[in-house]
Amino acid sequence: MDYSPLWLSLKVALLATIFTFILGILAAWLTVKLKRGKGIVDGLFTLPLVLPPTIVGFFLLVIFGKNSFIGEFLSEIGAPVVFTWVGAVIASTVVAFPLMYRTARGAFEQLDENLLSAGRTLGMKERTLFLKIMLPNSIPSIMAGAVLAFARALGEFGATIMLAGNIPGRTQTVSVAIYTAVQAGNWDLAYRWMFIIVVISFVTILAMNAWTRYAARFRRESKRLWR
Amino acid sequence: MALSVNIEKRMGSFHLKSEFESGNETLAILGASGCGKSMTLKCIAGIETPDKGRIELDGHVLFDSEKKINVPARLRRTGYLFQDYALFPNMTVAQNIACGISKSRDKVEVIKEKISAFYLNGLEKRYPYQLSGGQQQRVALARILASEPLLLMLDEPFSALDSFLKWQLELEIIKVRETFSGSMLFVSHNRDEVYRLCDRIAVMEDGKTQEVLCKRDLYTKPQSLSTALLSGCKNISKAYKTAEHTLFAQDWNKELISTKSVPDDVRYVGFRAHFFELSDKEESENVIACSVTRVIEDMFSIIVMAKVNNAGDEVFLRYELGKDKWRLLGEPKTLLLKLPADQLILMR
Repeated sequence: MDYSPLWLSLKVALLATIFTFILGILAAWLTVKLKRGKGIVDGLFTLPLVLPPTIVGFFLLVIFGKNSFIGEFLSEIGAPVVFTWVGAVIASTVVAFPLMYRTARGAFEQLDENLLSAGRTLGMKERTLFLKIMLPNSIPSIMAGAVLAFARALGEFGATIMLAGNIPGRTQTVSVAIYTAVQAGNWDLAYRWMFIIVVISFVTILAMNAWTRYAARFRRESKRLWR
Repeated sequence: MALSVNIEKRMGSFHLKSEFESGNETLAILGASGCGKSMTLKCIAGIETPDKGRIELDGHVLFDSEKKINVPARLRRTGYLFQDYALFPNMTVAQNIACGISKSRDKVEVIKEKISAFYLNGLEKRYPYQLSGGQQQRVALARILASEPLLLMLDEPFSALDSFLKWQLELEIIKVRETFSGSMLFVSHNRDEVYRLCDRIAVMEDGKTQEVLCKRDLYTKPQSLSTALLSGCKNISKAYKTAEHTLFAQDWNKELISTKSVPDDVRYVGFRAHFFELSDKEESENVIACSVTRVIEDMFSIIVMAKVNNAGDEVFLRYELGKDKWRLLGEPKTLLLKLPADQLILMR
């Protein structure tokens, strides 16, 4: 059995999770701070969640394709995106982004407003507030968002096949490989992939839950605060 | 003047209009819940922005709607003690205190000093959830004072605490006041706290600050109905003037004599529950005949609800007296309550 789709899937999902993690949190922070146009910005950031993945893939194909300025530039410097594994990373990142963004935003909005006000009256800058108070106190929700983003990235199919294609050994991820196996009538292979993916997803979620419990110890304890 | 505030802010149907000045003293803002006390503090701290007005602290303009000045909260140097203390749950005691220390100072030294000043030795590495309520408040105070504020604002620091802890924290605040050189604003709805901790009192009602009173005046001569209610006056009747020294209390259906001259626009008359005297002649001046309807035993006193005989069905006078005195009286069914002419509270 050729395990290359598995390694590719893991690589793509991990990279996509890292990118959405950073981008999603930053986007959430900026949106929370916005005074005007919150609805529109939120709509744009959430769009990839609502749109069919094939449409997201088509959009990305238009943006990164040979006929666009970006696509032309990228292929000129020798780093084309279409039909490469980088394309798969981009597709997964875009599709998983809203999950990270929305959970992070929810976490920031649920933070005790007094903590931020206290920080400001103590002379803390907005950036310090974000790094030292907002982020550490939102860790449980943020990690939950990261798990969702990872799961979504691992299972990405529609946008990936549009942008990265289905080239065995180069851009074929597990979800695409299962599709190909079923198409070819190779049920045995499909079963194996299914089993592997179920195990990986389950273990990931268990590990994240354990870690979140550990990271959230002060939040959990503070609910029992004696007043 | 160390602090001068004159601001207005609209929030829906609520209209905040705060105006007061304070020197290097402890000024209390006394008012019922939801009257805009906390909002006033938040405007001073820069957490909320007023619609218009001006805030000045120690000669620095913090906010001026006309000159478009709005100094950000982190540069205002106003210490704000939140009701729930707002300690950062992810930081230890030492880290919490370190948050407010400016870069130009030796952090380790300042932390050390504050830890010992607030009796937090040995707790430096603890997280807020590992502290008792009293320790949490001390950490919050230490954190604020480490940021060297020019003004200290306390937002209902004792509400939702049991009375023993409350008293300990109150002593803590008194200690802070002795060492803190700037002005202090203390927000509360509790008249006793206010009386113990403050020199002057600004009464706030429906988002508007009333007169700023010296604390002794609050209890002897409250000038508006809301001040009288906040100061704990239990017996209040509508009233109008009948002569220079007499007025007619409508609810009690009785003409009363006052030693003070009655203002033309008097609208209410009040009388404190502890100050009644007992009379044996119904005809003598300022005596109201009542029948006892309910006797309630308090911890150290007796509260008598006495129905006014010559008035409507639901008009009661509240009379409070010591348990011994009530027993000596023989727990009577009727009372002739005398309102001494020098104890009447006249309100506009």
